[in-house]
Amino acid sequence: MTVNEIQDSIIEEFSLFEDWMDKYNLLIDMARELPVIDPKYKTKDYLIEGCQSKVWLYPGFSGGIVTFTADSDAIITRGIIALLLKVLSGRTPDEIISSELYFIDRIGLRQNLSPTRSNGLYSMIRQIRLYAMAYKAKSE
Amino acid sequence: MLGRKVYNKPLIYLDNAATTQKPLTVIEAIRDVYMKYNGNIHRGVHIVSDIASEAFEDARENVRSFINAAKKEEIVFTSGATASINCVAYSFGERFVREGDEIVISTLEHHANIVPWQMMCERKGALLRVIPVDDNGKIIFDDYLKLLSDRTRIVAVTQVSNALGVILPVKDIIEAAHEMEIPVLVDGAQGIQHGMVDVRSLDCDFYVFSGHKIYGPAGTGVLYGKEKWLEELPPCQGGGDMIKNVTFEKTTYADLPFKFEAGTMNYPGIIALAKALDYISDMGREEIAQREKLLLSYATARLGAIKRLKIYGVAEEKIPTISFLLKNIHQYDTGMILDKMGIAVRTGTHCAQPVMDRFDVEGTVRVSMCFYNTIEEIDLLGNGIETVISMFS
Repeated sequence: MTVNEIQDSIIEEFSLFEDWMDKYNLLIDMARELPVIDPKYKTKDYLIEGCQSKVWLYPGFSGGIVTFTADSDAIITRGIIALLLKVLSGRTPDEIISSELYFIDRIGLRQNLSPTRSNGLYSMIRQIRLYAMAYKAKSE
Repeated sequence: MLGRKVYNKPLIYLDNAATTQKPLTVIEAIRDVYMKYNGNIHRGVHIVSDIASEAFEDARENVRSFINAAKKEEIVFTSGATASINCVAYSFGERFVREGDEIVISTLEHHANIVPWQMMCERKGALLRVIPVDDNGKIIFDDYLKLLSDRTRIVAVTQVSNALGVILPVKDIIEAAHEMEIPVLVDGAQGIQHGMVDVRSLDCDFYVFSGHKIYGPAGTGVLYGKEKWLEELPPCQGGGDMIKNVTFEKTTYADLPFKFEAGTMNYPGIIALAKALDYISDMGREEIAQREKLLLSYATARLGAIKRLKIYGVAEEKIPTISFLLKNIHQYDTGMILDKMGIAVRTGTHCAQPVMDRFDVEGTVRVSMCFYNTIEEIDLLGNGIETVISMFS
């Protein structure tokens, strides 16, 4: 599936629920699907510090594909990262760099995204793109 | 605002320590200024400027009487408690602080009563000394006394911990400092809205608060200073309305309190702030305190009965604020889910990271009530917290 196909399928899944509590329950379920980072990489080097919850992100690059594992100390954040990695992990650097992430807004999680909210998600997307750019430069 | 719905549920607003909702009289007062007498204060020869200036000065009298200051000249308007503290830290530092001097604050301070002093200490080569707190969130008074010395230039303490709700013994703190002729600044941002404040009986040298936390508009604040101090301090900002004469060689400053009010003040906000104080006086400050006491004891019992919930800050003297954590559940998760139930609380460090460090936590969930909250709302909060626990286990 393309980046946008996955985004659309997430949007569809969330649209099944009207009540906000159900949407968040779904997010908590999603947290279980997160490709979890090896604990040995839960270090300062891979920490994306936010004001409210911590996020660790570990990148890998092989065969032209960028993959990520991650974790957070807050479950809701973990759920959002799981969604994010569903969309962006296992992609080529170009796919990541050129992607337009509209699903977060469309499923109503935009409040988690604003830079002032500083829960690490905003910085995380930036970090994912930076890694992709670095890998792209390396492979060229 | 308090009647509105969020996520299709009635809003339960329990973030009053961050900001309070406004009485209609306050909102109408701002509208009135802009609709009926909007002219820049202290400047015009025309009638609308006169009316606005008079209302502004009436507001000053109103604040004076509310905190029982001796003179109107001791009331300086600012944009908030943060601006007030920055002003004192700067001006006091310029006038009185030298290398090797010390400033005493407490562990319970909001960043607004830490950073301005830190900046001043860096500039002057002075040292910040910090009063420690015990496991209940109370300052250790004996340690405070040990910190006072002939090097101490000023003590700056909060009246109430914004993160824990614990009330500090400011009167005792002031008395001890005064015995050594050290002035004291009290940060009243979390204190003034919950009970009587009488700056003369406290005998504090400076008292600051923010308008928006006492049902007034955002962007308004007060700096009370004893006349003798305000006379001695240089202005913290230069500009219009704070001067007597300006030439390029020498400027002479205006009299108190105008010396500290550079530029156009938020006069519509200040005029409306006076309405907020009226509102509180009309309700009765003692009545408000009694009602809030009841809310606090009910909420403490209701939340305290929840297994896995730990309250931080358990002193006898508290404002109706409860800081807590649920075992093995991140404060951010708790806050986000409560929000979806229509319950507004604050999560995180509450701009008081040293307090969080002291208790070895990364943050807490803070429920801050005020007189317009109800027992029913606390019950709904209790149920909400129980739902959070079941969702995350």
